[in-house]
Amino acid sequence: MMAQATKEKSSYRAAFDAMQAEDARCLPAWLLRLRETAMERFEQVGFPTTDVEDWKYTNTGAITKGAFAPVEAGARVELGAADVAAFLAPEASSRLVFVNGVYRAELSATENLPEGVVVADFATAFAGEHESILRAYLARPSDPEVDGFNALNAAFLREGALVYLPRGAQVSAPIQLLFLSAPATQTAAVFPRVLVVAERESAATIIESYASTDESRSFTNAVVEVFVGENARVTHYKVQRESEAAFHIAKTNAELERSGVYDLTTITLGAQLSRHGIGVKLAHEGAECWVDGLYLVGTGQHADTHSLIDHSSPHCTSHQLYKGILDGKSRAVFNGKVFVHKDAQKTDAQQSNKNLLLSNEARIDTKPQLEIYADDVKCAHGATVGQLEEEELFYLVSRGLHTDLARNLLTYGFAEELVEKIKIESIKRQLDEAILNRLHARLEV
Amino acid sequence: MLEIRDLHARVEGKDILRGVSLTVKRGEVHAIMGPNGSGKSTLAKVLAGHPSYEVTSGEVLFDGKNLLELEPDERARGGVFLAFQYPVEIPGVSNAQFLRLAYNEKRKHLGEEELDPLEFKDLLKERAQIVEMDAGLMSRSVNEGFSGGEKKRNEILQMAVLEPKLAVLDETDSGLDIDALRIVSEGVNKLRHADNAIVLVTHYQRLLNYIVPDYVHVLYKGRIVRSGGKELALALEEKGYDWIKDEAEESQPSAASA
Repeated sequence: MMAQATKEKSSYRAAFDAMQAEDARCLPAWLLRLRETAMERFEQVGFPTTDVEDWKYTNTGAITKGAFAPVEAGARVELGAADVAAFLAPEASSRLVFVNGVYRAELSATENLPEGVVVADFATAFAGEHESILRAYLARPSDPEVDGFNALNAAFLREGALVYLPRGAQVSAPIQLLFLSAPATQTAAVFPRVLVVAERESAATIIESYASTDESRSFTNAVVEVFVGENARVTHYKVQRESEAAFHIAKTNAELERSGVYDLTTITLGAQLSRHGIGVKLAHEGAECWVDGLYLVGTGQHADTHSLIDHSSPHCTSHQLYKGILDGKSRAVFNGKVFVHKDAQKTDAQQSNKNLLLSNEARIDTKPQLEIYADDVKCAHGATVGQLEEEELFYLVSRGLHTDLARNLLTYGFAEELVEKIKIESIKRQLDEAILNRLHARLEV
Repeated sequence: MLEIRDLHARVEGKDILRGVSLTVKRGEVHAIMGPNGSGKSTLAKVLAGHPSYEVTSGEVLFDGKNLLELEPDERARGGVFLAFQYPVEIPGVSNAQFLRLAYNEKRKHLGEEELDPLEFKDLLKERAQIVEMDAGLMSRSVNEGFSGGEKKRNEILQMAVLEPKLAVLDETDSGLDIDALRIVSEGVNKLRHADNAIVLVTHYQRLLNYIVPDYVHVLYKGRIVRSGGKELALALEEKGYDWIKDEAEESQPSAASA
């Protein structure tokens, strides 16, 4: 076990050293140093094991043993516009496309943006006037508790997406950040990184998409950071539909300034093993967040959501609704913590996790947690696990609906609250096609 | 249209129906009355094919075909409809969505084109008038937060949309105030015609003032112990069920001891 882990670490080290040498002349020194520190952190902690409380239900041994290797710079997969069309959100008028972590300018579109708004890949940004923004946010002292996955992401920080909204900028059309996994000569490990900085009174919608072009294995280890300025509003969709052989580890961190609004909706459809860590910091008065999601998994899939909503300032509001639909021999984990510090009076925090098990072989481990140190707050949390109700099924079939359709309709009904929240039609449609057997079209009234 | 022969059924291991025989012809309205626990609702559920109810012997023919070997959804598409005593709430699915889906399933079964949303909207609007159903209830989740009266009206609306050959109304009058009872009954009367048949399951005679049956049957301890015309219901109203019970115990001592 130990020997295996060491070997794994050293294989990342070899790729890391090669990358550092290659980038020594073209990337800023602060970045090289940041990566070296992160690599050291990774070598120190390694990948988390199930001995760690936070990873108790999610065994990442397959990633450790998976012989994944970081994609070499310049490794290109032949993919044209036609190949990626199916993964694009037509609502978006600007987009950055990455294939196995490598930015593809010819597949991307960054025109049509309001004055001062930046949607750029890191390489372009490092070389240009926005280097200072990247430096200001990426080179901040990192969390000393950062786990092995996040450390490894920082160690391989090279390509990524920067979205910068200057004060007052309003971007009406969504901005899509698409991370595609495509078959490579090696089993690819990719390290997407996203930085969203919304200055005060700005607003935008980000669609962060992960998909695979085929059923091959891949390892995505992503870190996304969102900074929401005073009175700014960021609406964020994360849609993960990688192949059912893929491993997807992601972390989303958001920090909100005074009266900032952050609205996150996550859709988890793909991957053999996925883990999404979410951290939202409400450290300034009047900030408000939604942290909602839907995970739909079937046989052979494992989806884990770990979130921490941290209320450290008064008068902040958080809403969290996660729903899970588990079919076949699947497994999901929900661990949501809402932490209310002593000074965070008048906090309003609502958290709910609801699960629908469509099979007797599906398993969910859910743990909503409230930790409150303030005395004048409004907080509620809860979790439910249920199956389709026999009486509801009978009611539907007694009106002539085939059993499969009746089951689908009840499943749809369970998810409806979240489906309706989604304002992007193409995401709604993906959900519909993936899971609900195109029921949505038949439900049009 | 419907022929029930010596039907025995049980639920949770308990025998409830102990030999029901009943013939319902096209254009007829039959009322099944009886004291609580006599098996009225069981009969309704068995006809609709509820999986918790097990038929132990006997047969049911619907249009000459063995109804009991059909799945509940096949029975429904074939023209059997049960108005539930306790309509079920379906969160997240709107009434209009559900009705269109059910209606189109039936159209497909009949080899007809499905109605698109606009066409269906017109049809729904017209049918909703039959039970004076408020348009606002169409966009709400099925039965969710509906009052008792609204739920029962919704059942009759479904009947109006699906146009069954045989409608079994299980205690449709229970929990209704006098106005709602009138609306529901008038709705049923508008849907009553020479080609369909209605079986009313009810505890009280009250409903039969509004929907006048051709035949009244009294179910007691799982058997039909007396049949007659609408005057039988009036006699029950006046004298209660005790005289029927006494009569039944005398003529069938075995049922009494069971």
